[in-house]
Amino acid sequence: MDLFEYQGKQYFARYDIPVSAGGAADTVDEAVTQADKAGYPVVVKAQVQVGGRGKAGGIKLANNADEAREHAGNILGMDIKGHLVKRVWVENASDIAEEYYASFTLDRSAKKHMLMLSKEGGVEIETVAETNPDAILIRHIDPVDGITLEWAIQAAKDNDFPEGSVAGVAEILVKLYRCYTEGDCDLAEINPLILKPTGEIHALDAKVSLDNNAAFRHPEWDEYRATEELDEREQLAREKDLQYIGLDGSVGIIANGAGLAMSTLDVVNQVGGTAANFLDIGGGANADVMAAALEVINYDQNVKSIFVNIFGGITRGEEVAKGIVEALNRVQLKAPIVIRLDGTNAEEGRQILASAGIPESVLQSKPTMLEAARAAVAIANGAGN
Amino acid sequence: MSIFVDQNTKVIVQGLTGGQGKYHGLRNKAYGTQVVGGVTPGKGGTDVEGIPVFNTVAEAVAETGATASFIAVPPKAASAAILEAAAAGIAFIVCITEGIPAQDEARAYNTLIRDFPATRLLGPNCPGIISPGKCNIGITAGEIAALPSAAGPNVGIVSRSGTLTYQALYELKQRGIGVSTCVGIGGDPVPGTNFIDCLKEFQADPETHAIIMIGEIGGSAEEEAAEYIKANITKPMSAYIAGVTAPAGKKMGHAGAIVSGGKGTAQGKMDALAAAGVKVGLNPTEAGDLMAEIVASL
Repeated sequence: MDLFEYQGKQYFARYDIPVSAGGAADTVDEAVTQADKAGYPVVVKAQVQVGGRGKAGGIKLANNADEAREHAGNILGMDIKGHLVKRVWVENASDIAEEYYASFTLDRSAKKHMLMLSKEGGVEIETVAETNPDAILIRHIDPVDGITLEWAIQAAKDNDFPEGSVAGVAEILVKLYRCYTEGDCDLAEINPLILKPTGEIHALDAKVSLDNNAAFRHPEWDEYRATEELDEREQLAREKDLQYIGLDGSVGIIANGAGLAMSTLDVVNQVGGTAANFLDIGGGANADVMAAALEVINYDQNVKSIFVNIFGGITRGEEVAKGIVEALNRVQLKAPIVIRLDGTNAEEGRQILASAGIPESVLQSKPTMLEAARAAVAIANGAGN
Repeated sequence: MSIFVDQNTKVIVQGLTGGQGKYHGLRNKAYGTQVVGGVTPGKGGTDVEGIPVFNTVAEAVAETGATASFIAVPPKAASAAILEAAAAGIAFIVCITEGIPAQDEARAYNTLIRDFPATRLLGPNCPGIISPGKCNIGITAGEIAALPSAAGPNVGIVSRSGTLTYQALYELKQRGIGVSTCVGIGGDPVPGTNFIDCLKEFQADPETHAIIMIGEIGGSAEEEAAEYIKANITKPMSAYIAGVTAPAGKKMGHAGAIVSGGKGTAQGKMDALAAAGVKVGLNPTEAGDLMAEIVASL
């Protein structure tokens, strides 16, 4: 789960990482109140999970309440690369002497944690990696050992940080590492990490991605979950506890297993179609799960056909078939189903479907993944039916 | 021959008294696997359909001589279960648990390689391993795996995805091709066993004549495998990579299946494998067809 900047800053603050005084606001009036509280000058920042906010006019400096009102009015409701700005973060503006970069993430190749540290902050780290890779210091950390302040000081020194900022940067690295590990982040990034003219080090932005697998030990994440940017289909799928990702195409996808679901998207694409979603119903799909999956797909106005791709390993073909028959009694589908049922007890499953008296216009069965994909795509593209 | 396990492998199930552990543990036993015990703290002295249950892995090992463990416990308890098994001297651990926090997984993995270098972990979040006719540990339905033939040629399978592993087994069975061993390494960011570990074993296994590899988006394990293949693998291979059409920045069901910052794309992985001489199919069936061609030519 990716956090908005203001949430990331609140999360940082839990681990004593210094951030600017400020508050979030959903309305212009609230924004002015937060600005008054933070103390002028303030920066009004659009809260969207997409890069390039500044260039799009989503970050503005305000010297007084009138300016704060004007900027908040312009930014709230703004469309930044397809993201609607519903909230702004208003914080006391910082004087900046230097802009640095620091992040912790998991290096999957090394199977260890990884610090990335650079004196060139304020720009995308990917850009720095391309234009000036030597400016980025990369250090691996054994998760069993963790890091110490001495280690962090050495890292800052090794990357030639000015003497005056080494101690401050190192202290933040230790806190950021604690936030990353104890806070169960996939990514904890500060860009820019600033040096103020007064010598203090301070997080001016926050990019935090949380590991959903650790949600059970973080009740404080509930509030982040409430603001997560999901479309209505994804919201519905979450309520039904389904692994669903909304896409733009016209073939609804239901498959068992993440790999097979991904593969189903690929095959639909290969035969000239586009998938409306990714949906993994997991192992042992019963009628309830199948009905829930069909309801979510059915909600999607773009769906013109539904491709159910099941390979029975643990999941048994006859149970899937019973599930579909039951689900069809519960859900009035707007698009026809093409099913490919293979693996354990697939023959029994196909017989159940064949003898259920479901018209071909509602459900057709195909023996292989490719044939089923072609049939589903033909319907979606208007050639079939 | 087979890799990692064989007919002599004695297995205990950590979590045998739980829903998943019981269901799959009994299925593994019914397949012919030597399931010699179970571990559930507080339930020592009881049994599950005749399989004795112990309080600790150490007790189970002492009583049964088990060398492998099948872990089917909830995510919160999984990394402790892995380390308990390793500390008790278990040489081969299969952990099917899905949803372990990445921090726990990274710590458990690094503890293993440091303190228990002789222990191999398969998974977490994997379907397990099957050597058809000999040993099945995990959740694979044994009947979809074709037995290897004495004369060969037989194929080894290594895959990140569970259902695509079954799909591969099925594709081979449909074509009458025997399987030496099928290993599901799992879809998490820090798998205990990776492609290269399996490829190395398959290369050395006289019963394996060709290899199918099934990868997916995210990370760089496939690219690293491609480098290894180029330098070390002489047995012919086919491969398939899932997720060509997956949108960037989204975790596609598996915790590790994510394209981020333009890295970990299916195309990049397919190109790397093709450059290493692997025949790459655009879907699982095509990978099966390519393998059938390879086998026919052996």
